[in-house]
Amino acid sequence: MEQGTIKITIDDKEIWAKDGQSVVEAARENHIFIPTLCDYKSLKPAGTCRLCTVKIGGRFVSACTTTVSNGMKVENESSEIKDIRKSLIEMLFVEGNHMCPSCEKSGNCDLQALAYRYQMTAPRFPFSFTNRRLDASLPHLILEHNRCIQCLRCVRGVRAKDGRDLFGFVDRGAKIHITVDKTVEEAFSEKTAAAAMAICPVGALIQKGGAYQTPIGDRKYDLHPIGSEIESNIEQSGGSHDTKS
Amino acid sequence: MKKSVSEIAQMHQNKQTQLLAILHDIQEQERFISDEVLHILSDELDVPLVELEGVRSFYHFFSSQHRGRYTVYMNTSATSEMSGAFEVMQAFEKHSGIEFGQTTSDFKIGLYKTSCIGLCDQEPAAIINNLVFTQLTASRVKEIVEAMKAGKDLKVLLRQGEGQNKNPLIGAEIFNNIRQKGPLFFNEFEPGSALKKAMDLGSLDVIESIKKSNLRGRGGAGFPTGQKWGFCRAADANRRYVICNIDEGEPGTFKDRVLLTENPYLVFEGMVVAGYAIESKRGIVYLRGEYAYLKNYLEEVLNQMRQGHLLGKKILGTRFSFDIQIKLGAGAYICGEESALIESAEGKRGQPRNRPPFPVVSGYLNKPTVVNNPETFGCAAKIVLNGPEWFRKMGTAASSGVKLFSVAGDCDRPGIYELEWGMSVADLLKLCGAKDAYAVQVGGPSGVLISERQFARKLAYEDLGTGGAITIFNKTRDLLSILHNHMEFFNNETCGFCVPCRAGNAILLKKLEKIMIGNGTSNDLSEIKAWGQTVKLASRCGLGQTSPNPLLTALQNFSDEIASKVRHDIDYISQFNMDFAIEESVKVAGRSPNLRVEEVED
Amino acid sequence: MTPNPEKKKLVVATTSLAGCFGCHMSFLDIDERILQLITHVEFNRSPIDDIKHINKPCDVGFVEGGCCNTENVHTLREFRKNCKILVSLGQCAITGGLPAMRNGIPMSDLFSEVYQNTNNPTLGNHLIPNDEEIPIILDRVYPCHEIVKVDAFLPGCPPNADLIWEALVRIIEGKSLDDLTYQYFKYD
Repeated sequence: MEQGTIKITIDDKEIWAKDGQSVVEAARENHIFIPTLCDYKSLKPAGTCRLCTVKIGGRFVSACTTTVSNGMKVENESSEIKDIRKSLIEMLFVEGNHMCPSCEKSGNCDLQALAYRYQMTAPRFPFSFTNRRLDASLPHLILEHNRCIQCLRCVRGVRAKDGRDLFGFVDRGAKIHITVDKTVEEAFSEKTAAAAMAICPVGALIQKGGAYQTPIGDRKYDLHPIGSEIESNIEQSGGSHDTKS
Repeated sequence: MKKSVSEIAQMHQNKQTQLLAILHDIQEQERFISDEVLHILSDELDVPLVELEGVRSFYHFFSSQHRGRYTVYMNTSATSEMSGAFEVMQAFEKHSGIEFGQTTSDFKIGLYKTSCIGLCDQEPAAIINNLVFTQLTASRVKEIVEAMKAGKDLKVLLRQGEGQNKNPLIGAEIFNNIRQKGPLFFNEFEPGSALKKAMDLGSLDVIESIKKSNLRGRGGAGFPTGQKWGFCRAADANRRYVICNIDEGEPGTFKDRVLLTENPYLVFEGMVVAGYAIESKRGIVYLRGEYAYLKNYLEEVLNQMRQGHLLGKKILGTRFSFDIQIKLGAGAYICGEESALIESAEGKRGQPRNRPPFPVVSGYLNKPTVVNNPETFGCAAKIVLNGPEWFRKMGTAASSGVKLFSVAGDCDRPGIYELEWGMSVADLLKLCGAKDAYAVQVGGPSGVLISERQFARKLAYEDLGTGGAITIFNKTRDLLSILHNHMEFFNNETCGFCVPCRAGNAILLKKLEKIMIGNGTSNDLSEIKAWGQTVKLASRCGLGQTSPNPLLTALQNFSDEIASKVRHDIDYISQFNMDFAIEESVKVAGRSPNLRVEEVED
Repeated sequence: MTPNPEKKKLVVATTSLAGCFGCHMSFLDIDERILQLITHVEFNRSPIDDIKHINKPCDVGFVEGGCCNTENVHTLREFRKNCKILVSLGQCAITGGLPAMRNGIPMSDLFSEVYQNTNNPTLGNHLIPNDEEIPIILDRVYPCHEIVKVDAFLPGCPPNADLIWEALVRIIEGKSLDDLTYQYFKYD
C-alpha cells in the first residue's frame, strides 16, 4: 500500500490520506466514522443517500463522491451536520414502511443502526404509509419494496455472468423503485439471492429460507453502534475490496 | 406504413445514444411502448432490459400504457391555472368522458397533465400530437374533442400563429409577443458574419474576447462563459462537444422558444463559434420534448447553414469541420441541469451526475463538453462580431450585456423583453403594464418570490440574478395556491435519485397542505424553514438545492401574510379527522357512524 | 433511584390501544424493581390495577399501541387530557407498528379477507360485524402523535424492560429522556 501523501483535516484532527481517495475512505482508514448507506466497498459512489454529507469550504457535499485534496478542511461532527443526517434517516423512515419488529434484517440493518446511533425515537416527519409492493415471485429472492431506500447498491453491484445489469431502477420521483430482470437466468439463482441480500443495507432484498438465524444479542448492531468498529483503534483486517460479481 | 421496432432501431443506427429518438418514434407510432418492444430493443441495442425500463419510465412523454391516438398534454403551471386552466380541463374531461391521467377505452383520446410547456404568456395551452393550442377556452375544447372523436386532422382547428410560427414547418398557434427589441437578438443578422470574424481572430482570441466581454451563462446559474470555454479547450482529449441546452423547463420561461423561432441562425452560429474556439467537431442541440414542433424547422435551418458552408465539412472553405445534430428530450425538467441533459443525450435516464468531474472535463460520452443556453450562444456570436467592449458597454459593471426576459402573469403586455441588465423590477413592471403587482416570481419557482418592498431591486447578477422568468401576481391571487403549484411542480419533476429532494419535497408539500386547510401553527412555519434548509443543503443537484425556494422566499418576503394563515395560540393541531377516518369502514360494514361514546365523554 | 417517602408520589397511568400488551409485559419485566417503583409512583388507570378510567390528574401516561378504532382515539384523548407527560411506549404507539401494515389496503378488501373469504369456523356466518356497540374501525392505523401531542417516545417491540426502567428513573428525577443507553434502545 502506498503511503498517505495528502494531509487533510477532519474536524480538528489532521490525517494523512492517499491521492484519489474519497473523504469517506480516508476518514475510515484514520478511524473516523462518516455514516454512509449507499456507499459500498469498491462500488462507484452514487451519492443517493447523502448521509455522508460534510461541510468543506463552506459548502455541503457528499463525502463519498468527494476526492481528498491537500489542505482540505472537513467538518464532520458539527451539530448542524448531525441534524442533517438525522433528518435524512428520518425521511427514509417515513418515506417507506419500515416495520423493524417483523423485518428479517433487524439487528443487521444499516438504516436501523444509523437510527440507533442518532437516537431516532419518532421521526419528526409524518409517516407517508405509502402503498408499496412485495414481490415474492422469484424462487430464492424477495423484493420488499416497502423497505427499499433506493440506494442502488444492488443496481451497481449485482450483475449477471455476461456482465449485464440484473437490477435496475424505474420511474422517478417518489415512485422510483428497483426492478429485477426476470428474463435473465441468474435472477432465479440462489447465488444471486445471497449476493443481493448481502449487498442490500436494509431488508429490501431477502434470501428466502434463511432468515432470523442469529439470536437477538448476537446480531451485528445489538451491542455496539454502527461505526464503532471504525472508531475503535484496532486496525481492520485486510480491507476487503469486492469487485462486481 | 407501420415500421417494425427493428426497422426503427436501424433507422437510428441501433445506437444507445439515439435511444430517445427511437422511443419517440415507437411512442408516436404505437402510442405506447410495450415490454415486448423493450425486449426487442434490448437485443438490438445491446442495452440491459432493466435500463430500458428505467429510461421508458423516466420521461413524461413515454409510456407503457396506451396514451390514445390523440394525446392531450395540458399544461398545469401557475400561469395556466390563473388563465382558466381549470375550466378548460373540466371541458376536456366532460366532452371526452374520462379524467386527466386516463385514455378512453377505444384508445382514441388520452388526457394527461404536464409541467410548463413554455407558453406562459398565452395560457391555457396544450400540446396535442405535437400541435400547439394556446389561449384555450371551454368552447374551443368542445370543438377539439369532437374533432378527435371523429378522427379528424386537428390542423384545421389551429389559428394562425405569429412570425415564423406561420412557417409550415412549424405551423403552431403561437404568438411571439416580442414587446421590446434590443441590439442583440431580434434584428438583422447576416449568417456567417460572426464565424468569419471568429476565424480572423483565431480560436484562442475568440475565448479571450468572450472572457473580456464578461458574458455569463444565461440559463440562470451565470457561470462565466469564456472561462467555461477555456477550461474545455484546456482539457486533454481527442474529441470535444458543444451542446445547446434548449430545455427551458423552468415555469415562467419561454424566451428560448421565441429566440429559436425567430433567430435560430444566430444561436447555431454561436455554437459553431464555440466549436471553433474549443476545437470541437460536433454540436448537439438538446431540444426539449415540449418543443418538438420546432424540430423540422430547425433541421431546415441547419440544412441551409450546411448549404451556405456555415456547417458541415470545410466550413467557409477552411479545414474546420463542425456539424450539429438535434436531439429531442422527452419531458423532464431535470434535464435542464447540464449533467442530466448529457445523460439524457446519451440515451439514459436524465439523472444528474456527481460533480466533479464537471462536463468541461468529462461530459458527453465522457469527453470535454461545453453546455450553454441558446441565449448565451447568441450573445457569444454577437460579441465576436461586435467586440467585447460593445457588449460591456451595456448592462452594469458586474453584469454586462442584455438579457431576454420572459414576462407573464398579471400584466397588460406579457411576452419577451430584451433589456440591459440593471433594470429595477419596478421599471420592468411599468414597462409591461403590471399595475397592481403584489408578488413577483423572479427566475421561476427555483428563484425568489419578492414583494413590493423589494421592487426597487435590480435585475442583475449582483442583485437578482435570473434566467429571465418574471411571473407577476396581483392581489387577487392566492399566495398559498401559487406556492402549492410550485411545490407540486418540484415533486413531479424531482428525479428521485437522492433522499432529501425525493422525500423532503414530499414532506414540505404535505406541510403546506396542512397550513392550507387551516391546521397550521407557527411551529409548522419554523419547521418549514428548518426542513427546507435541510433539503437545500443536502440535495445532490440544483433542483433539490433550489426546490424549497418558493416556501423559503415566501416565508421571508411575505412573512405577515403567511403568519396570518396559521394559529399562534397553540403549538399542536392534529390532522386527524374522525369523520373522515370512519367514513369508509362504516360504509363497508353497513352501520351508522355511531360516535355516541365520544359525544358523552368529551 | 433512592427511596424517598417524603416526596409526593408521581401518578402514573398506562393503557394498551392497538397493541398486544407486550409493552405492558415488558413493563412488568422490571421484576423486583417494581417494589422500588411503588415507593415513588402511584398507579391510576392501568391494566395492572384494573382501574377503568382515569379519575384524577396524572403526571405521566404511558400509551402502548397506535389507534385503529374509535375507542382507541377516545382513550388516547382521555390520556392526553389528564396526563402532564404523555409517553408513546413501543413501536405500535410510535409508528402504528405491525397493525399499520394494513395501511394502504382498502377497507373493503380487508373486511372481505378477514370475515368473508375465510374458512375460520368461528366466523361461520361470513358477515362483517356491524353491531353498534363495537368500536368503529378507522381507515388506517394512526401513530399516537398524529392524533394528540406526545411528549416522549420509548421505542422497542417491546421496549426493553431496562429501557423502561431507565426512562422511569429519569422521569422521577426530572431528567431528559435523550441519550438512552444504546444496548436497550432498539426497535425490535
